[in-house]
Amino acid sequence: MATLGRVCLLLALVVCVYGIAASIYGVRTGRFEFSESGRRSVYALAGILTVAFAILEVAFLHNDFAFNTVADTSSRTTPTFYKAAAVWSSQEGSLLLWAWLMSLWSSLALFLTRRRIRDVAAYATAIMLGFGGFFIALMVFYAQPFATTHPAPSEGVGLDPLLRFPTMMIHPPMLYSGYTLCTIPLAFGMGALLARRVDAEWIRVIRRFAFGAWFFLGIGILLGARWSYSELGWGGYWGWDAVENASLMPWLTGTAFLHSLMIQEKRGMLKVWNVSLVLATGTLAIMGTFLVRSGVLNSIHAFGGQTLGVPFVVLIAVLIASSIYLVVSRRDMLRTEHRLDSLLSRESMFLANNVVLVALCFVIFWGTYFPLISEALTGHEASVGPPWFDRYTVPLALILVLLSGIGPVIAWRRATLANARRNFLAPIAVALATLVVLLAAGVTGKPGAIAMFCCAAFVIGSIGQEFFRGVRARRAMADEAPPTALVALVRRNRRRYGGYIVHVGIAVLFVGVAASSSFQHASELGLSPGQSSRVGAYTVRYVRPTASVTPDYDSASTQGGRELSVVIRAEPGVTLGPDTARTGATLSLGAVLDVSKGGHHVITLRPSEGFYASEEPTQGSVGHLIGGQPVSHVALDAGVTRDVWTAIAPNIETPQLKRIIALGNRTLPYIHPGEGMVAIAAMAAAYMKSPPQAQFHLIVSPLVMWIWLGGLIVVGGALIAIWPAPSVVRHPGDRTLARPRRARPGSRLSSARSPFTGF
Amino acid sequence: MNPARKRTVRLVVALSVAVVLASALIYTSFSAASPALSPSQLLHQAQPGRSYLLTGTVLAHSVVRNGAVLDFSVADRAGGTAVPVAYTGTVPDPFKEGREVIVTVEKQGGEYVGERNSLITKCPSKYKETPSSEKQPS
Repeated sequence: MATLGRVCLLLALVVCVYGIAASIYGVRTGRFEFSESGRRSVYALAGILTVAFAILEVAFLHNDFAFNTVADTSSRTTPTFYKAAAVWSSQEGSLLLWAWLMSLWSSLALFLTRRRIRDVAAYATAIMLGFGGFFIALMVFYAQPFATTHPAPSEGVGLDPLLRFPTMMIHPPMLYSGYTLCTIPLAFGMGALLARRVDAEWIRVIRRFAFGAWFFLGIGILLGARWSYSELGWGGYWGWDAVENASLMPWLTGTAFLHSLMIQEKRGMLKVWNVSLVLATGTLAIMGTFLVRSGVLNSIHAFGGQTLGVPFVVLIAVLIASSIYLVVSRRDMLRTEHRLDSLLSRESMFLANNVVLVALCFVIFWGTYFPLISEALTGHEASVGPPWFDRYTVPLALILVLLSGIGPVIAWRRATLANARRNFLAPIAVALATLVVLLAAGVTGKPGAIAMFCCAAFVIGSIGQEFFRGVRARRAMADEAPPTALVALVRRNRRRYGGYIVHVGIAVLFVGVAASSSFQHASELGLSPGQSSRVGAYTVRYVRPTASVTPDYDSASTQGGRELSVVIRAEPGVTLGPDTARTGATLSLGAVLDVSKGGHHVITLRPSEGFYASEEPTQGSVGHLIGGQPVSHVALDAGVTRDVWTAIAPNIETPQLKRIIALGNRTLPYIHPGEGMVAIAAMAAAYMKSPPQAQFHLIVSPLVMWIWLGGLIVVGGALIAIWPAPSVVRHPGDRTLARPRRARPGSRLSSARSPFTGF
Repeated sequence: MNPARKRTVRLVVALSVAVVLASALIYTSFSAASPALSPSQLLHQAQPGRSYLLTGTVLAHSVVRNGAVLDFSVADRAGGTAVPVAYTGTVPDPFKEGREVIVTVEKQGGEYVGERNSLITKCPSKYKETPSSEKQPS
């Protein structure tokens, strides 16, 4: 199996080299049969890498510890779902996932463009195969996913317990899909410059892929934030960590591009800007991948080891140098066809939106890479923290949200006073009403948050007004009921109204961020059973400890397992069975917390901490069963208005518990883990009998759920916007013609009122 | 004003604003930054009242909890010099003796006090000293 995997990688490398040569030869000589062969090389690459990925998946699912990567990141006790997803938790496996996803997306892009812009596509094919070849070369020469050890170890290290969380397992494929999709517009952008075809055609070709990249990156970022909030024991969702920032930067430039490409489509403007944004987004995606793998910056998410840094630096340098050369050498072709008529126009607002997004990206870039910049300039490494990022990103975010309310309603070319009065009166009234309600409710002291609430209200007012007017117009023309008119309105102009929904989602998300970061109450303290603490308006009482022991290695049926059952039955309070989060924790210690407000019971929460087995023999036969990574299992009461978030760090370092482990290590044989579990059960029982003081982290945050709701609204809006319009859906068997158009009053209305068809 | 001159004025204003903002960004980043130091560098360079980013590994048998305060020592990655830190705030799950940590500290009197909630521990799945894939590829 491993040999077949290695052969697949070598074959894939050969295919990349051939495809690059064939594509370039074909386009340079006009012999497009070679370019066609190059395109088929990408399909072949996708097929070969699918086989390679399947081999590695099978190795994980069959516990084939001869594979080094399986032994390092999986084990027999790792739950099956997490085994399947553990493939991308290692450096080697994640490189394979990156290359595989890139080959799939590239195949799709080239298939959809097989009859369009052949010269541009030929160059794009060579560039995409270049990326594929780079990642495959890394796997062949540096981080080998099919490296093996003989004899194979009998057990693996296991997947890091921190990663045993469903969204964390979906997060990497989403993020990698975003990163790999970013390279497709980059390849076509470079292709267009190389082929000297810089009209709007290549923009139309890559638009959907740019949107896909933005969509998947956004989902990946959101899932990562959710994981951080729900799984890591710090209660935050964003820490301005280098790796988090690395994924946000291409998302920001991608967002800017999705807006500015409409200006090029409509008015032939911003060509240099657009192609620069595409190249920057692709380069930032590669830089994000580099940050995770090079170890060049301190990050909790970065892989260790520095071996991949140099190849990535070379690739990034080549990308930046070639991007600059191509844009500068083709600047005459990229001249704008029109100029801005007025600063008060939709074009200007889109440009302002782009400037703010790029400024945000620059601030984050500077702060992220500041340790390197500082070392290069002063000789000393230094870092900036979250307060520095907040100082710049908060005002920029406020402007961005405000612009997302102005852009959709301001007129193209030049806004008149009458136009402004007609379009902005209602949104401003909504924003002012929000301000009055907030002040009346006693919300003061946080001007940044209050400004954000008002800006968000302005956005919702302006978008709501657009929907209201559209529905009213449809009803007037087609005499439809309001719900039917609303659905028809959105269906007839998905890109426009989907975009509006995205704007609403972003506004809702920012309300959640502003509220939860400005009005949060947090407390960290030690409590013993019976003691209470106040957090905001809530009182949290530590009622009693909890303990559960998971029979390990399927040992419930063995002698040790039976003994364990006997011990557990004799000890009230200790439960036998999988930990509540079902992540494979050997021992789980927690607490029952009673949360009340004003003397009334609100909810009972059960936070816990899971202790996992390690493969470290020096910890002893019992000690190793709980010697791995301890992980918080957060207990959360999530609501629309507030979240009550709790985490516990039990103290297992007491002399009494240490004595039980030491005794078990001395008396129980290492080779029967089930018997070792008896000592763990005794330890749990001792903990229940006289629980030591535990450390609690208690947080009450308002409107956190709005972040996730906002994210879902964004996803919903993006799906509506990206879905093909009815006019381009083809009938089965009809390969050339679009479905005949019926009367589309809503669509005509939209066009008559504004040429704007996006967000 | 003719359109060409108007455009030039706009460009000059826009570039001036960009230069001013970029200068502010650069100035504040240098003034707000905390130097990253190893324990041995910290012992020689630390000045009272200034924040430093201390990086190193948690010394074995040094972790003791005293109520809300977590006391531990951070040693140079290569071993040797260690600095005791008194820390309050959130302790990341991966925090453990022998793990690589980053914590913002300030010298107060003779001791180093960790800034609240500033402790970062490198995720162990990404921090493998000798993974088997580097040991013996066959």
